[in-house]
Amino acid sequence: MRWLERHVPKLVLAPSFIAVLIFVYGFIGWTAWISFTRSRLLPNYDIVGTIQYQRLFASPRWEVALNNLFVFGVLFIGISMILGLLLAIFLDQKIRTEGVLRTIYLYPMALSLIVTGTAWKWMLNPGLGIEAMVRGWGFENFRFDWITDPKMAIYTIVIAGVWQASGFVMALFLAGLRSVDGEIIKAAQVDGIPTHRIYTAIIIPSMAPIFLSAFIVLAHLAIKSFDLVIALTGGGPGYATDLPATYMYAMAFSRGDIGQAAASAMVMMMIVFAIVVPYLYSELRSKHD
Amino acid sequence: MSPILEIQGLFKNYGATEILKDINVSINKGEFLVLVGPSGCGKSTLLNCIAGLEPISGGSIRIGGQDMTEVSPKDRNIAMVFQSYALYPTMSVARNITFGMQVRGVDKATQAAKLAEVARQLQIQPLLNRRPGQLSGGQRQRVAMGRALVRDPALFLFDEPLSNLDAKLRVEMRTEIKRLHQDLGASMVYVTHDQIEAMTLATKIVVMKGGVIQQIGTPHEIYTRPANTFVADFMGSPAMNLIPARAVPAQEGSMIEIGCESGESIRLHDPRVTGLSGDILLGLRPEDIVEAGQRHGPLVQNGSVMIEVVEPAGADTFVVARLGGKEVTSRLSADTRAMPGKTLDVGFDLSRASYFSPHDGARMG
Amino acid sequence: MTDVSYRPPSRSRGARIALRWGLYLMLGVFAFWYLLPLFVMLTTSLKNLEEIRSGSLLALPREITLEPWKTAWSGACTGIRCDGLQPFFWNSVMLAVPAVAISTLIGAMNGYVIAQWRFRGANLIFSLMLFGCFIPFQVVLLPMARTLGIIGIAGTIPGLIFVHVIYGIGFTTLFFRNYYVTIPAELTKAAKIDGAGFFRIFWSVFLPLSLPIIVVTVIWQFTQIWNDFLFGVSFSQAGTQPVTVALNNIVNSTTGVKEYNVDMAAAIIAALPTLLVYVVAGKYFIRGLTAGSVKG
Repeated sequence: MRWLERHVPKLVLAPSFIAVLIFVYGFIGWTAWISFTRSRLLPNYDIVGTIQYQRLFASPRWEVALNNLFVFGVLFIGISMILGLLLAIFLDQKIRTEGVLRTIYLYPMALSLIVTGTAWKWMLNPGLGIEAMVRGWGFENFRFDWITDPKMAIYTIVIAGVWQASGFVMALFLAGLRSVDGEIIKAAQVDGIPTHRIYTAIIIPSMAPIFLSAFIVLAHLAIKSFDLVIALTGGGPGYATDLPATYMYAMAFSRGDIGQAAASAMVMMMIVFAIVVPYLYSELRSKHD
Repeated sequence: MSPILEIQGLFKNYGATEILKDINVSINKGEFLVLVGPSGCGKSTLLNCIAGLEPISGGSIRIGGQDMTEVSPKDRNIAMVFQSYALYPTMSVARNITFGMQVRGVDKATQAAKLAEVARQLQIQPLLNRRPGQLSGGQRQRVAMGRALVRDPALFLFDEPLSNLDAKLRVEMRTEIKRLHQDLGASMVYVTHDQIEAMTLATKIVVMKGGVIQQIGTPHEIYTRPANTFVADFMGSPAMNLIPARAVPAQEGSMIEIGCESGESIRLHDPRVTGLSGDILLGLRPEDIVEAGQRHGPLVQNGSVMIEVVEPAGADTFVVARLGGKEVTSRLSADTRAMPGKTLDVGFDLSRASYFSPHDGARMG
Repeated sequence: MTDVSYRPPSRSRGARIALRWGLYLMLGVFAFWYLLPLFVMLTTSLKNLEEIRSGSLLALPREITLEPWKTAWSGACTGIRCDGLQPFFWNSVMLAVPAVAISTLIGAMNGYVIAQWRFRGANLIFSLMLFGCFIPFQVVLLPMARTLGIIGIAGTIPGLIFVHVIYGIGFTTLFFRNYYVTIPAELTKAAKIDGAGFFRIFWSVFLPLSLPIIVVTVIWQFTQIWNDFLFGVSFSQAGTQPVTVALNNIVNSTTGVKEYNVDMAAAIIAALPTLLVYVVAGKYFIRGLTAGSVKG
């Protein structure tokens, strides 16, 4: 009885802990194992070395996927951050309709990426969407057919992604702007420092942790991006808009090549960890003294 | 009569770090024990150990004559008042007070009767239906006390209960706790970092530092005969002056020589203490350095000092001089003629002096 | 709140007013760009196909028709079946409700233990769980597919509930843990001295305090699970797909005439529950988002 009393907290936490051990760490281990085998349609547990990784990095489709991830990641993160910061600064100027505007800027974050993809797919559709609309205004030679152009299609994903996530970045930054010590700003105003200088020299530098959080979240979103590509372009034209996430899915569920799927998933995880681990480590250290 | 609380050889470790080392304390029924020390000295941990909220690594705790070392908090026959009051935010004041009885399955009529009694005692009847969030700091403090009182325990534990109140309220509540102690004749253990609270409330004080008990004694003993320089420095405000000096054995007692900035040293003779020699620290409370002629007796010996700062503080005036290379504060009456930059003849009342070793700070003689 | 709206009086009044107008113009342009897709979805869903082909993207419908909505709800084809979104919508409801409830409850208990009943190793466990929030789920897809098969719940709604609960407890634990660490440990101590045990303290002291964080967690989990596509598409079969998967199938079905208005109506239907939650409880939604990203 006393033993039970003392160990109840541990017993309550135990199932979750075991679940995490198996379904997160165990599964990562399983996937890692498979990525070193010749598994195709069915798992094969004989380790043969890095053959899957060699195949992966020899695959032109994977090369496209990685390139796309880089292009998409840089643009998506960069534009979302700049846009989010701008909007936050604009909204910080005692805007009377701030509540409404904030609601409008942020609602895309409540939508499924499938819905976002569906909507933008329709608007970017050259025959009936924005291109047709502008032509209808009399600009007969206007062209906006990125979604069907293998070279440009990846940028349509950037557009939709930024549309979805930038409002969220705005909310993060706005909260950050509002948490800057008011006395410092008053001191700067008393010193006669102009508003734009107050932002560039005082407020924005003090928000470094928020930039970091926003970056981590966006990078994480970018690497995991799957739904948006599926809904917007289906990875096409051809495999022009493949990302690692869609590559992995295709290998796992339509190509029946789970060795490749496992290897690509492991590479994705490495990329995520390279970004997230240093961040988490510093966070946990500072939080747990 | 067996002590109401008896702690023997208590040790507490967190991993490799020792938080409490060989704690031995006991109090009798009706005593008011105050654990005092700077933050991190282990006083709150000790209180939590007494309450059973923290397991101990060695030793034993007896409450009301029974071994409670392994007993869970609810069965130790104690009540506790916390620094943050720890009132249940979603419950009314009345439920806060009766929650413990409810958990124990006390019948409703008894609960109501006890609640009414405690509410009357603390004059919180009008607050019973409010939530803690709607109360002022002082009112919360009362409710927290009510929750403890209603248990009618063998031992009350207080963990810095006044430190969240403003200065004025703190003094009021201090008096009230003292009155409660007298009226109830209850046994209490009280943790504070405020040495004035310790002096005013305690019948017995334990001064702690670094998990080690420095001294146990009545407030008077602690104040007049500190066991070491730490206690001397910590208890009393302004702190006891610890004046570097040299001692030479004399025919009767010892000669004490204090170096002065001006070069002319002050020589004092204390016939009571023998065997002092070499470097020592002379401990004198600010009120025991008086203006020459204000206090009489063979042990009040004069010297002249150069005044650096004069700080009038209403009833008293504090005067700072430099003796033996250290600042020395003296508490003089408000009408003193002391002026900065001038010399002043003062009397050192050696009948109240303490002597310490400058090496380990221990009391000598 | 900082006040940087004060401007030094050196700038002329006219310039200040112009700046102010420019600011509002910019904010308006952005509002337009965020609202555009919603507006286009809504108007398109109310037009007939003829009008879609002939009219402009931004034009309001000349003749409002609810036919696309009816089709989207109960007639559109997802692969072979042509029952519309309806059955899948209810799949999502039957999946989200228990998954949200279970993961929230587990998260609350876990958070309570980690924040208030610290024991050696609790922080390590918490770190391990937190880490689990960050993995790309692609890395668990293959073994999970096999595990669901072995347990015998592959392709079922209970199977999807299981997956969402497992990968949701990291976040729910984080939410509750971060909320409960702000509650002084003295409250637990006081309750212990009052004689209450582990569950009694949770039930009588902590749960009544937890309404705000429960709302945040439920909203977060609901949005995540409702909007999920990856698990849905990987672990469901023809009859058990959630609404996002069905929507994607409707939009990408290649049979027959492309009915854009039906696609748009279906998209709005799929988005409606989470949009509704956002409009009704936006404050808590934002709190969840920021809490889920700014750890700690």
